[in-house]
Amino acid sequence: MNSILKIVAQRLALGIFTLFVISLVIFLGVEALPGDLAEAVLGRSALPETVAAFRRELRLDLPMHIRYIEWLTAFVQGDLGNSLANGREISELIGVRLANTLFLALFAASIAVPVAVGLGILAALYRETWFDKSISMVTLSTISVPEFFIGYIMIAFLAVQTNIFPSISNITWEMPFFDRLYASALPAITLTFVVMAHMMRMTRAAIVNLLMSPYIEMATLKGLPRWRVILMHAFPNALSPIINVIIINLAFLVVGVVVVEVVFVYPGLGQLLVDSVSSRDLPVVQASCLIFAATYVLLNLTADILSIVTNPRMLHPK
Amino acid sequence: MIDLTPKSERLLTMKGLCIQGRTGETWIDIVKGVDVHLNRGEVLGLIGESGAGKSTIGLAAMGFARPGCRIVGGELDFDGINLRTASPRQLQKLHGKRIAYVAQSAAASFNPAFRLINQFAESPVQHGVSSYDQAVEDGKQLFQTLNLPDPENFGFRYPHQVSGGQLQRAMTAMAMSCKPDLIIFDEPTTALDVTTQIEVLAAIKHIVKRFNTAAIYVTHDLAVVSQMADRIMVLRHGELVEENTTREMIEAPQKEYTRDLLSTRTYRKAPISLEESEKPILEVKNLNAFYSDFHVLKDINLRVLPATTMAVVGESGSGKSTLARCITGLLPPKTGTIEFEGDTLPSSYKNRDKEQLRRIQMIYQMPDTALNPRQRISEIIGRPLTFYLGLTGAERDKRIAELLELIELPTDFANRIPSELSGGQKQRICIARALAANPDLIICDEVTSALDELVSEEILKLLQRLQDELKVSYLFITHDLATVKAISDEIIVMLQGEIVEQGRRDTVLTPPFHEYTDLLLSSVPEMDPDWLDNLLEKRQQTSER
Repeated sequence: MNSILKIVAQRLALGIFTLFVISLVIFLGVEALPGDLAEAVLGRSALPETVAAFRRELRLDLPMHIRYIEWLTAFVQGDLGNSLANGREISELIGVRLANTLFLALFAASIAVPVAVGLGILAALYRETWFDKSISMVTLSTISVPEFFIGYIMIAFLAVQTNIFPSISNITWEMPFFDRLYASALPAITLTFVVMAHMMRMTRAAIVNLLMSPYIEMATLKGLPRWRVILMHAFPNALSPIINVIIINLAFLVVGVVVVEVVFVYPGLGQLLVDSVSSRDLPVVQASCLIFAATYVLLNLTADILSIVTNPRMLHPK
Repeated sequence: MIDLTPKSERLLTMKGLCIQGRTGETWIDIVKGVDVHLNRGEVLGLIGESGAGKSTIGLAAMGFARPGCRIVGGELDFDGINLRTASPRQLQKLHGKRIAYVAQSAAASFNPAFRLINQFAESPVQHGVSSYDQAVEDGKQLFQTLNLPDPENFGFRYPHQVSGGQLQRAMTAMAMSCKPDLIIFDEPTTALDVTTQIEVLAAIKHIVKRFNTAAIYVTHDLAVVSQMADRIMVLRHGELVEENTTREMIEAPQKEYTRDLLSTRTYRKAPISLEESEKPILEVKNLNAFYSDFHVLKDINLRVLPATTMAVVGESGSGKSTLARCITGLLPPKTGTIEFEGDTLPSSYKNRDKEQLRRIQMIYQMPDTALNPRQRISEIIGRPLTFYLGLTGAERDKRIAELLELIELPTDFANRIPSELSGGQKQRICIARALAANPDLIICDEVTSALDELVSEEILKLLQRLQDELKVSYLFITHDLATVKAISDEIIVMLQGEIVEQGRRDTVLTPPFHEYTDLLLSSVPEMDPDWLDNLLEKRQQTSER
């Protein structure tokens, strides 16, 4: 067990270091944007004294590295600063949005992951049949189409023509749970289509890859039914690559939702990011980017740890 | 319940069995009309070199053909069931329950993700033979019968937690889990050390006799099969060469090919006079090496004389390959020195100069993986010529042709790629590549282990001829005592990272033996059907005394 803890600690340290580098990149990226923030906020007609005072207030007159350290120190303490647009605390602003985004991601994942893994196993079981080929074709077509297009098709069919689901997913936390699910059904389905193909094909490939191994031949020659060979003997050993691709797709569900949120006017973090970029609310942009990055790093870390933990050699040392 | 079936009852009949295998787009015959029959409780040995179709026939007895193979002709009858027309479902009911399979590599054939006992219990539970709890109890009984350590808890380990020999016995137990009528043993001891092989052979023999199970024992080793089988079929290129009872086969083989198989291992290098005073080409002094904290080599001292062969013999894990890694500088030792013609070599290959690197070359166990499959033979042999000797153009081509002649291959092989060559030919290319550098010492790491016996004999003869002509020294690492007897001048016996005995061939291999050398020597199967029984009896007596 100790060796596992050691590896986890190593990965964790590496993750934190990655985040540190990312924070630097984000900060420098925002710095590199053209134009002066104070002038942008106060407008062209502002007097130079006003601009200077405003810069002092925002501490923009300090050298870059000092501002970076101040920003990062405050950030790790949970103080994300204030929005420039409306002066509200960013943590408060982002908190609700992040919760909404995570809700949508979880909703989509709870449909996509079981369906994708299930279809992947079925495709491996009936490989090279019409079933396998048609699944492969359908899922491939869904990832070949841009996600906003799928979104609009969903709206066209399921909202406009048949009126089953609302086309705008305006949810609040006051709404009952099932109303929230209902309201966010269309973006969730759209996201499911986007991420499913990848996971399903990986599940199939990982299992098919193992079918040539001697222990699968052994299981077959023990007279086990085909489904049992696949489910009990191939699948557990294929877990590591499958977990990896699932987690990457989960990360995409959180980080890559910007377009889908905009299409369905879903009040998530992606929407906030887009709004903040257009209103030049740079502290909010920085904070959202860092949260996206942290999600990505954290989920990848989980994937690493899970694939180590599902390895019997690590779990049960000699 | 009393078993009323007579012992001589016919269990399996295969007539005119034809099996094809696919290479690329075409199907070629790999088994060409072989008849096999087997009675209840009888053990049949199938023997032949690689490509003889023996494993394929073994699997066909289960009505099974590997992917890329298909059964195209013949009758297949198992106890009244036609295996060729049986539905997949019918076959499924036979597999594991009435016909079981024991594979060559137990390490690869156990699912790494499950405890042994759960894999053992799977067949009986799935076939409805017994409940899980009952199966677990049966398993413990069988583990006990097969002499596995701590049979109560043995099954609760994972495959990677037990040794190779134990795993092979566990697989035999797994095959026995439903008390089948027939077990196919597919080279079950080929991957094991000789001392471990004995345990597994004894266990298999015991359990097959005890449950009166019929068995087909597939192997390339005639000595092994003569311990196990009542009757032997010799196969070659998918056809039967001859068939006879074991005793008659060993005593009076009818066919030339069988005689060849029987007479391998007779090659002996002529003894040479060793001058102790002569300056050694390689001298290792007080060498200690570690893999992180694990002490793999303990205080190794050895000296190799010019134009001689030093055999390093030991079982897996004895550190013999690590010794090669130290000498070549791949694994810098912790302490100790390696001297080459009196000069101390830098411990890491990174610090050795080109000339030092050139003079020590290696040949590996697996010619398949030691040759780049995308390179032509001319590139494979030519690279060391350019790298070490600076040969290019016509000079290089000329030398490549000379080297190919030296290893007794046609010079037009230069344009081929490795996949167009047989295993023995590939190993010859590896030898040519080592020779290209004009080395003074070649380290041969199990160079004949992956080859058929007749082929490996040819390789040994070639290596000897090269030594006589080129005065090159060999450090010959092997686990195979027959090879040691054939080619060595001096011998080092290794056990758990230490040298337990070293000396000239005749000293080491004539009595009185060192205790461990004796164990190794006595564990090598002999072409005598009574050898195993006698040996076990003798060991039993010694341990009782």
